[in-house]
Amino acid sequence: MAEGMTWSIEEADKLTQAEIYGDVLCQLGDKYPDLVAITADLAKSTKIGRFGQKFPDRFFNVGIAENTMFGMAAGLAQAGLRPVVSTFAVFTALRSAEQVRTDICYQNLDVKIIATHAGISFGQAGTTHHCTEDIAITRSFANMTVIVPADGIETGNAVVAAMEWPGPVYIRIGRGFEPHVHTTQDYGFEIGKAETINDGNDITIICCGVTVLHAVRAAKVLEKEGLRVRVINMHTIKPIDKDAILKAVEETKRIVTVEEHNVFGGLGSAVGEVIVESGKACAFKKLGLQDIYSIVGYPEDLYNYYKIDSDGIVETISEMMGKKIEEDEDWEDET
Amino acid sequence: MPLTQDEIKELHKKSREIRKQIVEITYSAGGGHIGGSLSQTDVLVALYYKYLNIDPSRAHWEDRDRMILSKGHGGIGWAAILGDKGYFDKTLLKDFNKTGSPFGMHLDSLKVPGCDASTGSLGHGLAIAIGLALGARLKGKNWHTYVMLGDGECCEGSVWEAATIGAHHKLDNLTGFVDRNKLMIDGPTEEITTLEPLEEKFRIFGWESLRIDGHDFAQIGDAIEKAQTIKGKPTMIICDTIKGKCVDFMENDYKWHYGGINSDMVDTAMKSIDSYYQNILG
Ligand SMILES: Cc1ncc(C[n+]2csc(CCOP(=O)(O)OP(=O)(O)O)c2C)c(N)n1
Repeated sequence: MAEGMTWSIEEADKLTQAEIYGDVLCQLGDKYPDLVAITADLAKSTKIGRFGQKFPDRFFNVGIAENTMFGMAAGLAQAGLRPVVSTFAVFTALRSAEQVRTDICYQNLDVKIIATHAGISFGQAGTTHHCTEDIAITRSFANMTVIVPADGIETGNAVVAAMEWPGPVYIRIGRGFEPHVHTTQDYGFEIGKAETINDGNDITIICCGVTVLHAVRAAKVLEKEGLRVRVINMHTIKPIDKDAILKAVEETKRIVTVEEHNVFGGLGSAVGEVIVESGKACAFKKLGLQDIYSIVGYPEDLYNYYKIDSDGIVETISEMMGKKIEEDEDWEDET
Repeated sequence: MPLTQDEIKELHKKSREIRKQIVEITYSAGGGHIGGSLSQTDVLVALYYKYLNIDPSRAHWEDRDRMILSKGHGGIGWAAILGDKGYFDKTLLKDFNKTGSPFGMHLDSLKVPGCDASTGSLGHGLAIAIGLALGARLKGKNWHTYVMLGDGECCEGSVWEAATIGAHHKLDNLTGFVDRNKLMIDGPTEEITTLEPLEEKFRIFGWESLRIDGHDFAQIGDAIEKAQTIKGKPTMIICDTIKGKCVDFMENDYKWHYGGINSDMVDTAMKSIDSYYQNILG
């Protein structure tokens, strides 16, 4: 994290992503007098309402009217304010896609969006509330930066960093009831720079959001079987850290991506694009929702069912390690 | 014909049963949208037990009346009715929200017989209902389309786009209800975004617009029957209701939009429901 940009919350590791977000936003409200927050009848659910309690004059609850909310955010940004907007991911990236794209991204406006309940984290609510398309959609908007924090601590870091990052930013969080991956906020979070959480040269897991926790757990299990697994937390999907990907291709030659999202268009696709354009050989597998809508259920069950938890990752990696990979003999010349 | 006293009594008994089931499902599911499920109950009971031309043994019968719950988060209350009507084995409701269950918080038309649209994202249902009503006309069918909206839902621009089109096409085979319980998630509607005068708004949009007490079966029945006689425009019935109706500790409290309850609360809720109906039914 850049110098001078901090936040502090006691026992942050016990809070959900949204709770940390809400509290950090309150702290940012002191620092940025032009920060205004907007929601659409989800002040409590997204926790943006905490800002509203502290700064009622700079908080707008528009009722259940997402399209208007994103249009208003564009207008507020053009008027010189710094809007932060929160609703569920599905209502941001799907319902209001055009307002976000044309009114905000096309104008390259400084609007920061923190979208909650993403992926299948609101499992019992069903398809109308799941959102396994938002990474694909938002990263296809030119000018948009897309961040998927691994946990609450990273959410705090991402929100703080986004305020100083130019242009529109989409921060995608889930319900965040899982344990945190990070124990401290000082691990060098930087937008666009992936974090290597576990080092190893046998295979690389590239993950984001809640799957980072599962990848770290999987790496521990596999370590007992003698595998050294690199775990890359690709918290920024766009701009993506190409160097980290290419280094992993070169040094581990096997990559598995894991995301709480359709495997079409999300993290796996973004990583795959980098690999394919490099022309390097690499065994590659994408874990996520295999172009299907999720069933209803508890998130932890669903992560297991769709093989994006540690069991699924271990299973996939075990299969991948059994396969022989053609060595690219000219590797050194090409890089 | 107005509902008879006997019919009204039977409908109250049914509402009592459905409200109790809403409490039970909310408990067994580990939480649910109980406030809005309780407020919508009487109107839905009147529709399902008196007015809808449906055949639960043939959920996809082409000529059936259509009923879209645009406020899809009322799924618990709707499912209790659909189960009771025999659209599916109602013992399945004990698995509400459980992993792999056909029943999530918002009913899914691909999984739940009797549910004609997968709602839950607010602001979709009125447009779907207009398509169904227009479709009936194009196909020369007599089915009537009913749709229930939340009042908070009426903040959505898409509701008013649909309202414009419904009036434009003079869809007199369409009747809507607004469950006007005056609360959304974050608080009272009028404190967040002013919705009133709601009845007048629909009238200006070209609808027949009625306002009734949404817990009074005589008024509900009269309004539905009146809507059936209106020609050349759709009807919207604004139903003044109480969020959490019949469970005293939930009534008019927006915090009970969604919540979990423990077994003590279940007991208290059941007692409260019983005492409400004791007064009405004796
Ligand atoms: C498009 C959309 N935005 C937000 C939500 C989240 N949400 C679920 S219920 C609800 C409040 C609904 O209030 P109201 O329509 O008044 O229903 P009721 O009071 O009858 O429960 C909200 C905002 C949603 N389901 N859909």
